[in-house]
Amino acid sequence: MGMTIAEKILAKHAGVDSVKPGQYVWCKVDATSGHSLRALELLGVDRVWDPERVFIVDDHQAPPPTIEVANRMRETRRLVKKYGIKHYYEYGRGGILHQVFAERGMYAPGELIAQGDSHSTSGGVFNACVTNANMDAVHILAFGDLWFRVPESVRVVLNGTLPAWCVGKDVILKVASELGTDYGLYKSVEYVGPVAAQMTLAQRWTISNMGVEVGAKFALFEADAKTDAFLKDRVTRPYEHVTADPDAAYEAQYEFDLSTLTPMVARPGDPGNGVPVESVLTEHVKIDQAFLGSCTNARLEDLEVAARIIKGKQIHPDVRMLVSPSSQEVFGQALKAGYLEILADAGALVEHSTCGPCYGGHMGVLGDHEVCISSSNRNFQGRMGSPLAKVWLASPATVAASAIAGEIVDPRQYL
Amino acid sequence: MQTTFTGRVWKFGEAISTDLMVPGSKVLANPGITPEEAAQFCMSANRPGWVDQVQPGDLLVAGTNFGCGSSRNGSQPLKVLGIACVLADSVSRIHLRNAVNTGLPTLVAPGISAFVEEGQRLEVNIVSGQVKNLDTGKTLQAQAWPEDSPPFQILMAGGLDAYMKDKVRKAGLVRA
Amino acid sequence: MGMTMAEKILASRSGKSVVAPGEYVWAKVDGTGVFGPIPMMEELGIEQVYDTARVYAVDDHFAPSPTVERANAHKALKDFATKYGIENYFEYGRHGILHQVFPEHGYVSPGDLIVSVDSHSTSYGCFNAMGAPIMEELSFVVITGQLWMRVPPSIKFTLAGTLPAYCVGKDVMLKIAADYGTDVAVYKSVEFLGPVAAQLSLGSRFTMSNMGVEIGAKCAIFEADDKTYEFLEGRMKREPQPVSPDPDARYEAEYTVDCTNLEPMVALPHDPSNSHPVAAVESERLRVDQAFLGSCTNARVEDIAVAAKILQGRQVHPDVRMIVTPASSEVWHECARLGYWEVLSAAGAMITNPGCGACPGGHLGLLADQERCISSSNRNFQGRMGSPLAEVCLASPATVAASAIKGYIADPREFM
Repeated sequence: MGMTIAEKILAKHAGVDSVKPGQYVWCKVDATSGHSLRALELLGVDRVWDPERVFIVDDHQAPPPTIEVANRMRETRRLVKKYGIKHYYEYGRGGILHQVFAERGMYAPGELIAQGDSHSTSGGVFNACVTNANMDAVHILAFGDLWFRVPESVRVVLNGTLPAWCVGKDVILKVASELGTDYGLYKSVEYVGPVAAQMTLAQRWTISNMGVEVGAKFALFEADAKTDAFLKDRVTRPYEHVTADPDAAYEAQYEFDLSTLTPMVARPGDPGNGVPVESVLTEHVKIDQAFLGSCTNARLEDLEVAARIIKGKQIHPDVRMLVSPSSQEVFGQALKAGYLEILADAGALVEHSTCGPCYGGHMGVLGDHEVCISSSNRNFQGRMGSPLAKVWLASPATVAASAIAGEIVDPRQYL
Repeated sequence: MQTTFTGRVWKFGEAISTDLMVPGSKVLANPGITPEEAAQFCMSANRPGWVDQVQPGDLLVAGTNFGCGSSRNGSQPLKVLGIACVLADSVSRIHLRNAVNTGLPTLVAPGISAFVEEGQRLEVNIVSGQVKNLDTGKTLQAQAWPEDSPPFQILMAGGLDAYMKDKVRKAGLVRA
Repeated sequence: MGMTMAEKILASRSGKSVVAPGEYVWAKVDGTGVFGPIPMMEELGIEQVYDTARVYAVDDHFAPSPTVERANAHKALKDFATKYGIENYFEYGRHGILHQVFPEHGYVSPGDLIVSVDSHSTSYGCFNAMGAPIMEELSFVVITGQLWMRVPPSIKFTLAGTLPAYCVGKDVMLKIAADYGTDVAVYKSVEFLGPVAAQLSLGSRFTMSNMGVEIGAKCAIFEADDKTYEFLEGRMKREPQPVSPDPDARYEAEYTVDCTNLEPMVALPHDPSNSHPVAAVESERLRVDQAFLGSCTNARVEDIAVAAKILQGRQVHPDVRMIVTPASSEVWHECARLGYWEVLSAAGAMITNPGCGACPGGHLGLLADQERCISSSNRNFQGRMGSPLAEVCLASPATVAASAIKGYIADPREFM
């Protein structure tokens, strides 16, 4: 019997020839994040299994908004020194974990990685099994392995040709609106088909990133030349692309024809509430805040499309637009390309790279009854601040166009 | 570790996210917050006042995709509030692992939200997975972990902390 | 009998030909700022501010909001600005620290009387205006456009000699605080005159007027010259009425500060008066955890330019985090255009959005216990920027940049 991508990667890391869904296996892990170092210290363990494969960047709360946070980060710096952690990125040299992890060559096809933060599924864009390890990352730090339940695999076939004005965000909002936000629950989702191949790496990245929003343990793409182009000069160790066997067993297969897709927006409350933007135009949804940021959609091409739409125009006077690039590297590239200047000229607030507004932590929290259109990943009640605020999710283009218009609009008229 | 739980049921809906259990703007913004203080914000957006009503030993029943979203440990406030056991039609992977590691029995029990009403009493055996509604007398089969599986062993140890303490000592990783 | 600059402004604004120290006057106010709703207006049913063009509004201390409570406060300010037709409300992205963004948008002309919430309202003295901090009187000022003032005694600092190229206004001010104490000007008007006052850039004068409050001043005034108008031309909304002291003006005290041999200065914890030449403390290798280039004191284009020049082709020390928070959106734009952000971000500095940032300890880079920060801001009181166990040292942007590279408090001259 053939294996899916996840089964192959888990079998290899478990040191066995094959695995099947439902089986529990102990797997060697290729890398993790260091958020559990304090737990390791409390256990009395004075070394990590491999200091080269532990990665730390303070992204959510950098720079600290409170003394308590500052003290927690000071504690992190102490632990980094104590355990000799090689990959530690101070403010100004970091950014959001999932972006910086990739930039620093920590993901490669075929690898198994478990790290803090739910959006770890992002790494699936590199044809690697990447998922969350929260408390049990301490087990990896001590032993370099972790138990996994081999997940069922499902396949999403993205057919047709993606229209020029749609991106990965529109695709995932469309898929989640039809299949619900639990089609990937505790499963490995593989995205294949002509549109998967057509999409840019950054667009696939959005879909892998939002894997967790559909419940997925892994959200995988096959690797191709676009993958290798990003990894070139970043990953020096050998790696091999992993593809599913032709007779691999999938619990389900879903087919979508995306040729007629139009820009999508998820209504407040759940990422599964996606509808075509054009269907909400008559509601004239006024916005207070437009957020272009997060690990979902704040890469260079996300900033580029926003700059293209906004160039020469002004953010609507009643709107504040917040822009936070996904990493310091992206910040520098966007400066060089002039995108940040265009956005700032239009009246957008350019922030440093941070998770801040996406999770309601700082750097642009929503007040009562405020409405935000966001390029981020979650619009649950209370996610970005007040439980009385409303968050709509959309692509960077839709966020940018809405910021100009002052209400949610279809970006196609601006592109 | 206790394996049978009997208690009164609180019911929650579909897709109860960890943002609701651990609101970022209240809890993450304040890392000095104690688990007891943090628990006071649990479900404050969707069900204000609930934390004052829940009693130790109560059970929580939810719909599909319980614990979706962020990797924040939503089981911690539930445990602090005294919830003895959680049953849901389906549970997100991250939340399920957090629950195991926290030592809060959390079972996937398809059909559970249709099976019980708020305020009714359930008897739950987490080894067999059998759930009995003491008010209606009906039974439902939840998904139990194999007894030799890592998650079951961690749960039985009382959570990851106790499990790890034992394991690192046995592995000789702790200096005398 | 002649008058000082402060006396002339207060006389003019109270409709008198002459005023003397100790006298109480009712003065007309040229500008003020609001930072939240004015409850008294609602209580009394007052439907307008005294002048919708002269009452400015911005949320600078917590931009953008770090908590739901702050977000609600921001929204309340915006609603207030809308309701009362405030013409100069600056939303995030178009905002800045009040003392920077307001003058950029025509808030102040020479000869003006500006009274405003925020202690650093002394800043406007660099524009040859009287800028005085207020607090509880704000409601009254916003409603009536007037305020009672006690005419302060004036003291004069003659800045003599020639300022070395590696020193700026910050170094002069720290020297004054060290030599004369931080109470030398309590409840007095400070007037800065002399050849170095003329030599200083407008930005350097801004720093000194801004820190007037750190030596106790009610206001801290420079004369107007070409540099003043170079900035104000095209921004001012009122005809300038510049003032200079009369030759026989009465000063309660006169001090001469010879700047010719001045060196880069640093204020050690926990008071600006605890200032020393950087060269004298460099050998102590005072470890730096955070380098902050920001605040209304020193985060203008010329401040960021000097830091960019020093950091060009260099890296922030691995154990140091450098946070750069420009004073306003306009400053952000100019620095982007001039390439400073590229230089600083490539050097490993974090470029944040404009605002007060870390200076008042509200968000955007608080200090942990036992940490040390070298800061271009204005106050190093215990607990000012975070933990009461942290230490803040004040210095010029050049010294902040040099210390960020070295990892300890270092004299910038070797990089200049």
